[in-house]
Amino acid sequence: MDTELLSRIQFAFTIAFHYIYPPLSIGLGVLLVVMEGMYLKTKQKIYENITRFWIKVFALIFAMGVATGIVMEFEFGTNWAVYSRFVGDVFGSALAAEGVFAFFLESGFLAILVFGWNKVSPKLHFFSTIMVSFGSMLSAVWIVVANSWQQTPAGYHLQNNGGVFRAEITDFWAMVFNPSSVDRLLHTLSGAWLAGAFLVISVSAFYILKNKHVDFGKKSMKIAIALAVFASLFQLFTGHHSASGISVNQPAKLAAFEGHFETGPAPLYLFGWVNENEQKVNFGIAVPGMLSYLIYGDSQKPVTGLNEFKPEDRPPVNIVFQSYHLMVAIGFALIGISLLSLLLLRKERLFKSGLILKLLVVSVLLPQAANQLGWISAEVGRQPWIVYNLLRTKDAYSKTVSSGEVLFSLILFTLIYALLFVLFLYLLDRKIKHGPEYTDDGDSVYAEQKLIFEKNKQG
Amino acid sequence: MELNIVWFGLVGVLLAGYAVLDGFDLGVGALHLLTKTDTERRITLNSIGPVWDGNEVWLVTAGGALFAAFPDVYATVFSGFYTAFMLLLFVLIFRAVAIEFRSKQENPRWRSAWDVAFSVSSVVIALLMGVALGNIITGIPLNQSKEFTGNFLTLLNPYSLLVGITTVALFMMHGSIYLVLKTEGELQIKIRSWVNNAIIFFVICFVTTTMSTLIYYPSMAAHFKDYPALFLIAVLNMLAIANIPREIHKGSEFRAFLSSSSSIVLLMLLFAVGIFPNIVPSDPSPEYSLTIYNAASSQKTLMIMLIVALIGMPFVVAYTVIIHKVYKGKVRLDESSY
Ligand code: HDD
Ligand code: HEM
Ligand code: HEM
Repeated sequence: MDTELLSRIQFAFTIAFHYIYPPLSIGLGVLLVVMEGMYLKTKQKIYENITRFWIKVFALIFAMGVATGIVMEFEFGTNWAVYSRFVGDVFGSALAAEGVFAFFLESGFLAILVFGWNKVSPKLHFFSTIMVSFGSMLSAVWIVVANSWQQTPAGYHLQNNGGVFRAEITDFWAMVFNPSSVDRLLHTLSGAWLAGAFLVISVSAFYILKNKHVDFGKKSMKIAIALAVFASLFQLFTGHHSASGISVNQPAKLAAFEGHFETGPAPLYLFGWVNENEQKVNFGIAVPGMLSYLIYGDSQKPVTGLNEFKPEDRPPVNIVFQSYHLMVAIGFALIGISLLSLLLLRKERLFKSGLILKLLVVSVLLPQAANQLGWISAEVGRQPWIVYNLLRTKDAYSKTVSSGEVLFSLILFTLIYALLFVLFLYLLDRKIKHGPEYTDDGDSVYAEQKLIFEKNKQG
Repeated sequence: MELNIVWFGLVGVLLAGYAVLDGFDLGVGALHLLTKTDTERRITLNSIGPVWDGNEVWLVTAGGALFAAFPDVYATVFSGFYTAFMLLLFVLIFRAVAIEFRSKQENPRWRSAWDVAFSVSSVVIALLMGVALGNIITGIPLNQSKEFTGNFLTLLNPYSLLVGITTVALFMMHGSIYLVLKTEGELQIKIRSWVNNAIIFFVICFVTTTMSTLIYYPSMAAHFKDYPALFLIAVLNMLAIANIPREIHKGSEFRAFLSSSSSIVLLMLLFAVGIFPNIVPSDPSPEYSLTIYNAASSQKTLMIMLIVALIGMPFVVAYTVIIHKVYKGKVRLDESSY
């Protein structure tokens, strides 16, 4: 295997692994704000338990995000040197802004969120929780801006430095608000909220099923269901918006999403299997004209097909088709599950139905899968370009790095990440089995904590 | 002043911030195995518990700033030093998870395994960073298209290894002083005795490195000859280092800590003045060196980034100060500690 292919595999693997954790921290961060807000408002001990338990889980997830995120920061330079030279002028500023604005904010207040419960006043602690949550979303902003610029470049010009071209910024805000960044940011964020919401839902359902920490589980779950209902519907809305943006900005990608080869009115497939040689979709069920209708509001309007593009400019169709359709299917499933849970909750039947609770326990995997599949459709759908229409992936890798070196690092990453993943699941599992620390029915420690704080202030 | 020079300075500030802040984290890590009981180890670990992640962000941001301001340096160095950077990544990963995982289980074997991981990775990180700096001083083989033409072994030359060991010694000294500040009682007495050894170890390394630099890489001293005023930096550095044992002896550890922080900053400054205006000197064929001009982003980007830095850095400094204020004083273990 050559350096290019190995680098692609390594990049895909390391970023997919990283992308397990940030969505969980973003989603859980939002929930922590609500949980701690409820605690401060009601002063009920149960909300203190809830907040403190999820902070511990948050800390574990966050650490995994940090450990794997540093890899991403370096990997552009190590494996994609040509790409780094080409985009540094544009892309680097988004990455640096992420560090300056988001990571410092996050990691600073994280110190108070995780270790400061007895050190600072409840208000300052709550403020830190809000800041950590805000910071995690801010880091998503910058990284998605950077990635979206790669998908739909804007606000730049090509500069020729002695035969070597590179992109240079001409308009910073046009770069930031490139045609796809807002849609994709909102979509990515709501995917993250779903990941966090379903983690809480799943663990809570587990407790209720096992008849342990029942009050804890019920209260946590209610908060999370509210977020899940909102986020799952928002996901559909933003996803649809992304797709219409793609029809304008990346028509080859849209055609690959639906396996659409000849320009003409386009159907919408529920599922199918693309035969790229015969250029047709087998075993498929489709609504005729539906894609045209969704994009143009007219089922007869032609949608650009893949055959309008030179063969070397087309993405791999079937991977993109499958990952996209699976993501959308999961999206509808999550809407269904969220609405059903809300309905049963209202009728006070949710906590009695073992079947539904079991479904909710496993549902934690769905947003994770959809997040991964979403990125696969977005990134593979962009191929063969690493920067859309400007730089090809095959031209972008580091020429000085040998395939042996990449193979070596890829094997090591695989081993280390496998080890980390097992340990992470083990510790998470223990944390969950162990349950919240403070289940005794004493008073809220809110009052006591205030005392300690006063003492600290004096001492 | 020219934006290119400003950004050379700002990347330097980020790296110096990293060296001062994560420097004591790494030093604490390097000394971690010298403590014996579980409580002692928890104390050393928790002395950096709330701050290490924030400190590491200085490195992440320095990487981002390098990418944005000098993309060619980022691309050349990171791809050229591929295997070295991969090793650095592995130890950074291990260190982060070792800190997080260590106290999550009671089992002594679990704990001592992560203790070793924490300590070894801290040493290796410091060593690799020093080796990288050393290679910038020696210069690395570059070609016309700004690509590195050597291999992993090129990087492991004796001089760079010496700089690597000096870095480890520097951080051990810095970390031991920090630990004295954070501990009390018997543990503090024990650590106090390490400080002296660490200082001696560092001074020996430092003198050797300085002499070898002057003998083998006299170009590092060129600017100092041209502008004798710059000599002040070297003098201040000497004074800062000499002040450390003095303050320790007087029992004012906080001042000792300030002195060792200053000496780290001054060492970085000496290094920066030495290589300026190169960022990555090429050897042989100095005409292919990456400089603050031929490796930089456009003036427009440098300006945008300067605005970003001017808005962002005051906040960064504020968080750093607040967090260290909240956690100042001796380590207290409670249920949220590692
Ligand atoms: C919980 C996760 C999740 C769920 C349920 C969905 N998505 Fe999604 N989707 C993502 C998580 C995601 C993502 C990981 O956030 C992606 C990858 C890249 C991006 O910007 O967002 C994405 C990308 C993505 C793209 C490509 C954007 C691009 O290439 O620029 C489209 C068109 C959609 N989605 C559409 C949908 C639709 C119509 C859904 C139906 C409800 C849907 N997604 C559910
Ligand atoms: C190009 C891909 C990416 C790179 C280079 C990258 C880089 C990084 C780095 C270096 C860190 C560690 C920062 C620290 O030390 O605190 C990190 C953590 C984080 N990243 Fe990523 N990242 C990428 C993709 C993403 C995406 C797509 C998102 C969100 C949508 C995201 C959100 C976060 C968040 C919230 C954190 C904080 C730690 C955590 O919550 O787990 N990142 N990332
Ligand atoms: C923002 C900076 C990003 C850059 C520069 C980038 C670039 C790349 C590169 C170089 C590859 C390998 C070559 C290829 O495309 O096939 C890749 C693939 C991939 N990326 Fe991205 N990507 C970015 C963001 C992300 C993020 C945040 C994710 C989240 C998980 C992601 C998911 C993927 C996936 C799943 C693949 C596999 C596709 C494949 O094998 O072709 N990407 N991307």
